[in-house]
Amino acid sequence: MSTIANIQDEIVAEFEILGEDRESTIFYIMELGGNLEPYPETFRKDEYIIQGCQSKVWLVAEEEEGKVIYKADSNTDITKGLISLLIRVLNQRSPKEILEANLDFIPRIGMGNILGSQRSNGLAAMMIQMKRYALAFQTKQNA
Amino acid sequence: MPIQVNSIRRLFPILHQEVNGYPLIYFDNAATTQKPQVVLDALTQYYEKDNSNIHRGAHTLADRATRQYEETRESVRALIGARESAEVIFTRGTTESINLVAKTFGSKFIQKGDEILISTLEHHSNIVPWQMLCEQNGAILKIIPITDAGELVMEEFEKLLSTKTKLVSIVHASNALGTINPAKEIIASAHAVGAKVLLDGAQSASHLEVNVQELDCDFFAFSAHKLYGPTGLGVLYGKRELLEEMPPFLGGGEMIREVTFEKTTYNTIPFKFEAGTPSIAEVIAFKPALDFIVSTGKKQILEHENDLLQYATEILQEIKGLIPVGTSAEKVAVFSFNIQAMHPFDVGQLLDAKGIAVRTGHHCTQPLMHRLGLEGTVRASFAVYNTRAEVEVFAQALAKIVSLKNK
Repeated sequence: MSTIANIQDEIVAEFEILGEDRESTIFYIMELGGNLEPYPETFRKDEYIIQGCQSKVWLVAEEEEGKVIYKADSNTDITKGLISLLIRVLNQRSPKEILEANLDFIPRIGMGNILGSQRSNGLAAMMIQMKRYALAFQTKQNA
Repeated sequence: MPIQVNSIRRLFPILHQEVNGYPLIYFDNAATTQKPQVVLDALTQYYEKDNSNIHRGAHTLADRATRQYEETRESVRALIGARESAEVIFTRGTTESINLVAKTFGSKFIQKGDEILISTLEHHSNIVPWQMLCEQNGAILKIIPITDAGELVMEEFEKLLSTKTKLVSIVHASNALGTINPAKEIIASAHAVGAKVLLDGAQSASHLEVNVQELDCDFFAFSAHKLYGPTGLGVLYGKRELLEEMPPFLGGGEMIREVTFEKTTYNTIPFKFEAGTPSIAEVIAFKPALDFIVSTGKKQILEHENDLLQYATEILQEIKGLIPVGTSAEKVAVFSFNIQAMHPFDVGQLLDAKGIAVRTGHHCTQPLMHRLGLEGTVRASFAVYNTRAEVEVFAQALAKIVSLKNK
């Protein structure tokens, strides 16, 4: 399996093909949202909503054989696309790998510029929440 | 004579730029309007030449600043047709104006069990101050319902009115839908039961010809920045007899006549409500904005904006999957809509990619969105400097978004 750094490089390369055109970049992200696995309805509750996002984002994680499995959803297509990228990078990794990951693909694909500050904060909140889950699983593993 | 939109556009430097590689189309005027060069110049000139504190200084600069500050008050009086300039109070914005009334008029004249009427259309700034007041003094907040088109149900309003009603605080023109409420009728009915009326004019002051004496409203609140003026400045108009009876809002300098440690006597209106150093530069720079409106002609501005709204309504309706929100017969230049199966945020972001600035979301009217069963809308709102050509580019951009989405 590729490393987190490799997958981030892949994503950056994919976005480079799109070039500078914002509209097609945004549409591409919206399409990526379609790759998300269906979100389990039992977790569509307020307690799984990430605070700090302008749009609604639900995120839940489970641990299977020492790896973290994330499931997420959003009410907006752009956000869904962004989460799908985060999940592609961090899914099926050990908590240690996730906690040590340097997530730099977002600025590298110029997303901060496209999203504006409010949505970028939301994206940061998503990453923090994903790392929190990893930390919780790591703590459990070490206990 | 219709307005010369190209000449007008030249007065607004901000409009002449590209955003994301496209000429800026600014359709977020209900949030704030852009400022003509004369307003920017007045701000600079004040700080370069006249900066000083008003009303007290015994020197030439203070005198100049004071005179200009009071000239704006007179221009505001003329704009809204108030009887005298003392009835014009400067605040930080519409929100503060409404809060001022809630805190002062509310605390003195509204008691436990009394009723305050607002409508489903209200902006949060005309909901929350009343909720806070009701929590404090046990008054009751009642809500006038609306139709699906976004118009007040006037029969229900009449039914809600009673001798218990002490205040009707209502939006003159809805920021989210554009609906123009029948203010005159509302005021007459409210007065008939002895209630006072506050009109939230945040959206109407820039679009409609407002005459507070003809309307006979007791309070009228609006913000300078939606009338081509600076931010951080609002107006509260109030009838003299009410303002005089109301206790002060904030305590401090300017609002006093005499202070001893035993007792303070308050200044006369409007100064009683203007504690502390106000936004002097902004007040002074608001005058050229008002002069711009007067010289362009409110009637001409309204005709131009109505033309844009009608044109937008006509050509946008041809876009498949576009659902207009708010279809009242009487509207200011606000076009709110949704695109089927798309979230307003996504639509807004895609329009921004084309240099088109719109507002998306609940527009600080969550109860209204809840009533309409919507999470939010996309809102395009027009001003004097917008053009038919911009509306066309906007429609083309939307049509492309829809076709790409349905690909």
